[in-house]
Amino acid sequence: MLIGDRGKYLGIIMGLTFASLLITQQSSIFTGLMTRTYGAISDLAQPDIWVMDPKVQFIDDIKPLQDTELFRIRSVPGVAWAVPLYKGLLKARLEDGNYQICNVLGLDDTTLIGGPPVMLAGSLSDLRRQDAIIVNDVGASTRLAKPSRVPGGRPVPLQIGDTLEINDHRAVVVGICRVSRTFQSQPVVYTTYSRATTFAPRERKLLSFVLVKAQPGLDPQTLTRRIREQTGLAAHTAQEFKDLTYDYFMKYTGIPINFGIAVGLGFIIGTAIAGQTFYNFTLENIRYFGTLKAMGATNGILLRMILLQALLVGSLGYGLGVGAASLFGYLLGGTELSFRLTRELLVFAGSAIGLIIILSALISIRKVMTLEPAIVFKG
Amino acid sequence: MAVSPTDPAVYCRAVTKSYVSGPTKVMALQGVDLEVRLGELLMLVGPSGCGKTTLISVVAGILDHDEGECLVFQEDLRAMGRNSKTLFRGQNVGFVFQAFNLLPTLTALENVSIPLLLLGLKKTEALSQAREMLERVGLADRLQSLPAQLSGGQAQRVAIARALVHRPRLIVCDEPTSALDAGTGQKVLEVFRGTALAEDRALIIVTHDNRIFNFADRIARMEDGRIVAVESQVAH
Ligand SMILES: Nc1ncnc2c1ncn2[C@@H]1O[C@H](COP(=O)(O)OP(=O)(O)O)[C@@H](O)[C@H]1O
Ligand SMILES: [Mg+2]
Repeated sequence: MLIGDRGKYLGIIMGLTFASLLITQQSSIFTGLMTRTYGAISDLAQPDIWVMDPKVQFIDDIKPLQDTELFRIRSVPGVAWAVPLYKGLLKARLEDGNYQICNVLGLDDTTLIGGPPVMLAGSLSDLRRQDAIIVNDVGASTRLAKPSRVPGGRPVPLQIGDTLEINDHRAVVVGICRVSRTFQSQPVVYTTYSRATTFAPRERKLLSFVLVKAQPGLDPQTLTRRIREQTGLAAHTAQEFKDLTYDYFMKYTGIPINFGIAVGLGFIIGTAIAGQTFYNFTLENIRYFGTLKAMGATNGILLRMILLQALLVGSLGYGLGVGAASLFGYLLGGTELSFRLTRELLVFAGSAIGLIIILSALISIRKVMTLEPAIVFKG
Repeated sequence: MAVSPTDPAVYCRAVTKSYVSGPTKVMALQGVDLEVRLGELLMLVGPSGCGKTTLISVVAGILDHDEGECLVFQEDLRAMGRNSKTLFRGQNVGFVFQAFNLLPTLTALENVSIPLLLLGLKKTEALSQAREMLERVGLADRLQSLPAQLSGGQAQRVAIARALVHRPRLIVCDEPTSALDAGTGQKVLEVFRGTALAEDRALIIVTHDNRIFNFADRIARMEDGRIVAVESQVAH
């Protein structure tokens, strides 16, 4: 028993679609961005534990240790292996003379633990060659790309065999890899630990992190506690380090607030449009609500009618909005934009739309509940 | 609540009702005495603003009066709770409005089935009884029409079918012919007398259309919130 006209329905559905689109899309971008904050940690699947300076707040917050810490960590009982990792921003000079800041990762010379998750060309072991580096594909084809030979043409991606200068040291590309997007969009350059430390400016301490594997059967949590106690350094499991990084960005950057505002705006606009239209529509049909009431429809029945209508437009709006947001994510899949539509976000957007329609329906329900059926005889 | 055939369908004594809007108070009913018998068609006539609509609203249980006594089938509606009054209306009262008030997105058939659905009948059963009722008012060929596709006379016949389909014992109509031309109004009244009137049923029609007065059993005249005369019509 639905009453009302098609134009109004469309209006409500559009309002809800818009709200659902905005909420889903913005929160997906937000989640995508936040996932990037710890992309570098996700890429390093092998170690259980990251050891670092106690003052480190997130993955890109490098506070180097002395090389000797590596041996202290290796001597903690329960450590299967411990390898060094260099991580730092270094200046690379391109063929055309331009400079580009790169995110350089130096892997343990013997084991090469901490390498990229996917190799697209060349192999990780090629890093053992002279001056070898591996560059990520996005970096190779964008910021590190060589200028086109023809004026105005497309830049030529960096390829195996090309050379760069990193802090005045020669570097030869031996492989192209793919990495998870990180928050920093600099090109990612892999090399060995010892070569990274020669690239890096001379400093007393260069060891960014020590990556640790616990002996089989030993709970990583237990081992982190032991490492902390014996070395005075901070030791986090990979998940703890991700959480630490995530929390840092949540707490100390404007990102959550900005996205919160966008999502809140979607919510408010959606509520305003849907509520207003829904209420107008109730007012326009008040004669029919009155007629139903006179004919014996109890408030309970009318309540169910209104809620059913709200649910209908709500689900339609939600579906269309989420659909549009997914399409948006799909179309932008190959670009720099982060977009991550998780199941939790679907539930979140669904609850938001649910709340919007409940709020919208509420004022209409109030109106209809208190309606005097005597109005039906009014001309 | 056993109602003997001799009990009146509606019994009003000294019924008053006033509307307060801001500082002004309008005495719409100033002591109405009225009885409506089972099996009769009573017309309520009088100048505009004399309280006709207010009176049938009280009688139909959609408005509470202030003072006096008003019993409908021996029940004091004012004393009932809101929900039981709503259910009482659903069971016992049929409404016909000047503006028809058919739900615009539902077909004639669906509109007529509403009172039955509200009483809890299954949809198929409700639709089949609604179809039967529409056939009785001569609309067998307009079952699937939307209200906007019907003429005024047809729409009012759908409204009558809707008011009768659940066999209510009291039917109230507020100016049911005033939106119709004279000929159509006559036809609608014929439908009323032909299908609505029965031994165990009472019909109140508010009108100032004197061309249909001849359809009434009795005519009650109202002035300034009071019934001033009740005339019996003879011969039908
Ligand atoms: N809801 C209302 N609020 C205030 N005054 C009203 C209301 N309804 C009716 N009245 C007044 O009560 C009187 C009787 O109205 P009504 O019963 O509609 O008369 P009728 O149907 O005979 O034209 C009129 O003076 C009218 O202005
Ligand atoms: Mg009136």
